[in-house]
Amino acid sequence: MKPVNQRAWFLVAPVLLLVAFTAIIPLMTVVNYSVQYVGMNTQFHWVGGLWFREVLASEKFWNALWRNLVFSGIILTIQIPLGVLIALNMPRKGWGVPVCLVIMALPLLIPWYVVGMIWQMFGRVDIGLFGVMLRDFGYNYENDPIDAWFTLVLMDTWHWTSLVALLAYAGLVSIPDAYYQAARIDGASRWQVFRHIQLPKMARVLTIAVLLRFMDSFMIFTEPFAVIAGGDPVFLSTELKQTVELGQKAAMSLIYFLIILLMSWVFYTVMTRDDGEPRTQGGVP
Amino acid sequence: MARIDLDNVRHAYGPNPQSDADYALRRVNHTFEDGGAYALLGPSGCGKTSMLNIISGLVSPSEGRVLVNGEDVTGLPTEKRNIAQVFQFPVVYDSMTVRENLAFPLRNRRVKSVEIRERVNQVLEIVGLTALADRRARGLTADEKQKISLGRGLVRPDVSAILFDEPLTVVDPQMKWQLRASLREVHRRSRATMIYVTHDQTEALTFADKVVVMHAGEIVQVGTPAELFARPKHTFVGYFIGSPGMNVFPVALDGASARIGSHAVPLSAAPQASATSKLELGVRPEFVKLGAAGIPAQVSRVEDAGRYRVAHLSMAGQAVAAMLREGEDVPADPHVSFDPVGVHLYADSWRVDVAGKAAQ
Repeated sequence: MKPVNQRAWFLVAPVLLLVAFTAIIPLMTVVNYSVQYVGMNTQFHWVGGLWFREVLASEKFWNALWRNLVFSGIILTIQIPLGVLIALNMPRKGWGVPVCLVIMALPLLIPWYVVGMIWQMFGRVDIGLFGVMLRDFGYNYENDPIDAWFTLVLMDTWHWTSLVALLAYAGLVSIPDAYYQAARIDGASRWQVFRHIQLPKMARVLTIAVLLRFMDSFMIFTEPFAVIAGGDPVFLSTELKQTVELGQKAAMSLIYFLIILLMSWVFYTVMTRDDGEPRTQGGVP
Repeated sequence: MARIDLDNVRHAYGPNPQSDADYALRRVNHTFEDGGAYALLGPSGCGKTSMLNIISGLVSPSEGRVLVNGEDVTGLPTEKRNIAQVFQFPVVYDSMTVRENLAFPLRNRRVKSVEIRERVNQVLEIVGLTALADRRARGLTADEKQKISLGRGLVRPDVSAILFDEPLTVVDPQMKWQLRASLREVHRRSRATMIYVTHDQTEALTFADKVVVMHAGEIVQVGTPAELFARPKHTFVGYFIGSPGMNVFPVALDGASARIGSHAVPLSAAPQASATSKLELGVRPEFVKLGAAGIPAQVSRVEDAGRYRVAHLSMAGQAVAAMLREGEDVPADPHVSFDPVGVHLYADSWRVDVAGKAAQ
């Protein structure tokens, strides 16, 4: 019999400790709040699933969730193709490469709140360049929800499309020349080169791009908060901010967190379903 | 099926080439006859791949013309040249099945689907992928993928030429023999012009009818494997082909004999070679005899190469390799002599015909 040495657990201890402090304990605190009522003088009362039922029964929650989903959907349908298109047209060598990369990276370096403030001013119909230009078409993000949406989508696209483009570009430059040469030999059209060489080779980085853009856009908070400060809550995040009751906040946070986890898992599973194809040793039947 | 002429083709990758050294291809004039099986043999960086890419149109030459059946195609893009090419590393379309990969070049050329099916099945058979025909290309191993690449090169029935750029690099050794035999078989049946680039002499000699040896951006000799062995035109050919390569000694001329140090090696006639050129004597190890007469030498080691043994000796300060026949042993006090059939004289690395005029 092999000797059993329980002291091996000490090797795992540092990681356990780290994960406990970074994830498990904070999350469990929230779980704890979500099933209790916090009264005056910080007295805790067990309320079971009350807060969860309340959140799920609230129309505002469902409206916010729906808006979140539509927003993320719009963001992905615009930014992923646009980013790929930009990456396809970026130069592959010469002085244009560093210039392009730096220009593309600039919006990514600006803090979220600053982006919000920039667009809040940029879009103002009295002094903002953008707002004044569109004023005659009836644009006013402060009054018109559609215009507010339009501004938010535009702002997010301006802020984050570079990320998709840079990731797609990284995927594109890793394709060996021989693939393009073979495509020419095979008489492939420009579209076929994209469909059968570039897109499959970009698939992995695009999976990352889609996941990042989905999570970020689904959690959007700072920008709408900066642009539509004081207005009605629009998204789950802003809704959450305005919720007063601690238990309800916690319950909603957990639901929000689980939705993001679920959606990310679905995206990941769908986009990588071809990778793990089982294979048998070839050649011999 | 076509004859391909390279007419004064030169190519430099950098701008403003000044000297010969700036050219990847210095100057190439060569005709690939219709239906020939050629091997382009040479070390890495000698310009083999550049030459192949110029023929297929992936690279356009700095100077010179490429002719297919007498027609100038230098300005035509790859897709209009009707040439198939297989690359060193596998190129497959990941999202397609093996069958779709092979059908791809045909579909793009609007071949009828009945014909495509028939042709693809034939090629699947040739490259041994029938069992995997409907599998996605993505999950396959490197050598299976390379077979797909090879198959895509063979699938078009009407190509002028098929170019192979070291296609078996990633393939297992025993599979190499099998695939090379398949390629020979395809060539025998289709009579397509085939050009096979390799740096492996065995591969070149077993595949080709004619071997084109390249060195530093130039073609140094074109010939059958036997010619390359018996009469290497350039010391590089002697050295590169054969195992071990040819012995090359610096010599001085003395009438009808060549002097290695203080020892004379008789030549069949007095050669005419300019006194200023660098003279060398080339003798393949197969023609080096060890016996009691000749130039005294010391054995440094004997190498067992399986079917034969090679003795490495030092003679008048020069290293010599000699092939030992089966059962033959190195004599106690060895003297080196050369079989006159296998003695070649080189002036500035090019072979001089001992009968008189320089061979070129």
